[in-house]
Amino acid sequence: MRQNENIVSLKNISVAFDGETVLDDINLDIRNKEFITLLGPSGCGKTTTLRIIAGFVEPDKGDVLFDDNKINGVPAHKRQVNTIFQRYALFPHLNVYENVAFGLRVKKTPEKELDLKVREMLKLVNLTGLEKRKIDTLSGGQQQRVAIARAIANNPKVLLLDEPLAALDLKLRKDMQTELKKIQQQLGITFIFVTHDQEEALSMSDRVVVMDNGKIQQVGTPKDIYNEPKNAFVADFIGESNILDGVMIDDRLAEFSGKKFECLDSGFEKNEPVDVVVRPEDVDIVPLSKGMLEGVVTSITFLGVHYEIIVDIGGFKWMIQTTDEQFVGDKVGLYIEPDAIHIMKKSEYSGKYGDYSSYSEEIDHLSDVEEDEN
Amino acid sequence: MKNSALGRRIIACPYYVWAAIFIIVPLIMMVYYSITNPVGEFTIDNFLSLGKYSKAFLLSITYAVISTIITFLIAYPLSYAMTKLKISSQRMILMMVIFPMWMNFLIRTYSWISILANTGIINNFLVSLGFEPLKLINTPGAIILGMVYDFLPYMVLPIYTAMSKIDTSLLEASDDLGCNGWQKLKKVIFPLTLPGVVSGITMVFVPSVSTFYISQKLGGNKTMLIGDAIEYLFNIGPDHYNVASTLSLVLMVLILISMAIMNRFTDETDEGVII
Repeated sequence: MRQNENIVSLKNISVAFDGETVLDDINLDIRNKEFITLLGPSGCGKTTTLRIIAGFVEPDKGDVLFDDNKINGVPAHKRQVNTIFQRYALFPHLNVYENVAFGLRVKKTPEKELDLKVREMLKLVNLTGLEKRKIDTLSGGQQQRVAIARAIANNPKVLLLDEPLAALDLKLRKDMQTELKKIQQQLGITFIFVTHDQEEALSMSDRVVVMDNGKIQQVGTPKDIYNEPKNAFVADFIGESNILDGVMIDDRLAEFSGKKFECLDSGFEKNEPVDVVVRPEDVDIVPLSKGMLEGVVTSITFLGVHYEIIVDIGGFKWMIQTTDEQFVGDKVGLYIEPDAIHIMKKSEYSGKYGDYSSYSEEIDHLSDVEEDEN
Repeated sequence: MKNSALGRRIIACPYYVWAAIFIIVPLIMMVYYSITNPVGEFTIDNFLSLGKYSKAFLLSITYAVISTIITFLIAYPLSYAMTKLKISSQRMILMMVIFPMWMNFLIRTYSWISILANTGIINNFLVSLGFEPLKLINTPGAIILGMVYDFLPYMVLPIYTAMSKIDTSLLEASDDLGCNGWQKLKKVIFPLTLPGVVSGITMVFVPSVSTFYISQKLGGNKTMLIGDAIEYLFNIGPDHYNVASTLSLVLMVLILISMAIMNRFTDETDEGVII
């Protein structure tokens, strides 16, 4: 099979639970051997999409293709995919060894082959020596590893991961991210990963699928998604961004905040209203005389690597990340390079994401660990 | 820490008193009666005379085993089916299972007489349809039916509780790992409900093996179960208290042994499921 052939395809998938639309005409091709992440806030439909591929949810409309064969109606136990569940779903009545051996025993694998495979898997996830341990005596990280070993022991062509790292603490999560990525490359199989953590998505994935409201907002490499967000939702959800109302005066010339700026985007109609994205790290603080825009610093947060400062420009609060210390009340000039400006077409999300005037609340909101229970 | 432990002990005091008066003292009395004769001299004759009750013992155990198996065969699928329903329907069925327990045990058993009697509801119905009446009452079948009916809730409740506690993601995980319906039942659902099954079996077997009322009312006086023997001996006068106590003691030991065997199955799981 060629590297880029599609292993799973979703065609016009729609699902509603109790009359409420969960997925709305989803089309997605997942390539063989890629690490693809479904990213979005709670209730965006990412877990439902995963469960459709696993066979736990039947779509109301549309087709699921696996290796170009339609698998609608094929029960979960007959699909060549395995899942790592959000809370691991390890069998409490079995020890580590038997949990990992579970799928192989169901398939009536000969004892010798089974033993080899289980030991190989335990070695892969660094759990050798814990074979006889009961599940409830393991730490969260160890349980996570058992869940991985149990799923991949069955040689699935596709591994589905439903927010597998959500329950781990930050340090462990970072380690497991690296490890998962390593395992994926080592096994050479497709990983479909679900998360609401954008950093996780960007750092691990070959491609990211950003979802909201049961729809796919954008599919692309992490770089594409970050640098070229398709709409205000993607720009806001992935990283920090200043999203401004603007007008595309001409190719490579945009107007916002009352000034005209050179940019690299083209292909819009003359004087088309657009959304403009400027990432906080792409704005330079310069002396007033050299600034393209000027504003007043209204708040400063020291984050170690840099300062996050809020600058009021004509009533719109910008977020700017800088390594130079500023003080509240300072008048500063801002300089924006043409390649730091990204122009997006207006969408249903335009105007939904305001400025950073209510910034502190937003931090609280973002740091809530959300759980996706569809 | 010491204080709170002391406090706990003080709070538990009424229980100790209760246990002493209603459990420990009767037990001691039973043991005392079983190793003495009616005039209070030590003897082992009571134990030697048990031989003639061996048939009653055997019959009691046989009936109890059969009715326990039947209640299990009814309760397990019922509990399984219940967990597949809406919560409101589950409550409804649970209510229906518990409801008969609100009525007096004797009345419940009596009502079966009027259903099963030679001129009872079933036979009247059959006769009105032109069939021959069936011999229903005073048969072993009637005794077992009575036991199953009376003790079914004690099997359903612990099994249903264990079943409804199973995390649905475990069932999905077993689907995911390739289990068909039967394998899922065998490899995941049954092992996870085993503590409930053991509680249920204990709670049905123990009253079944020692019952006397059901066998008298539904079995006629033909079948002498061990419970009937004990009741009979106590009824005919103080001279027979000693043998009756010996029978009770032996029955108790038999029950303890069977419970110990049952509990071996759940040694691994530390929490039993008894409501």
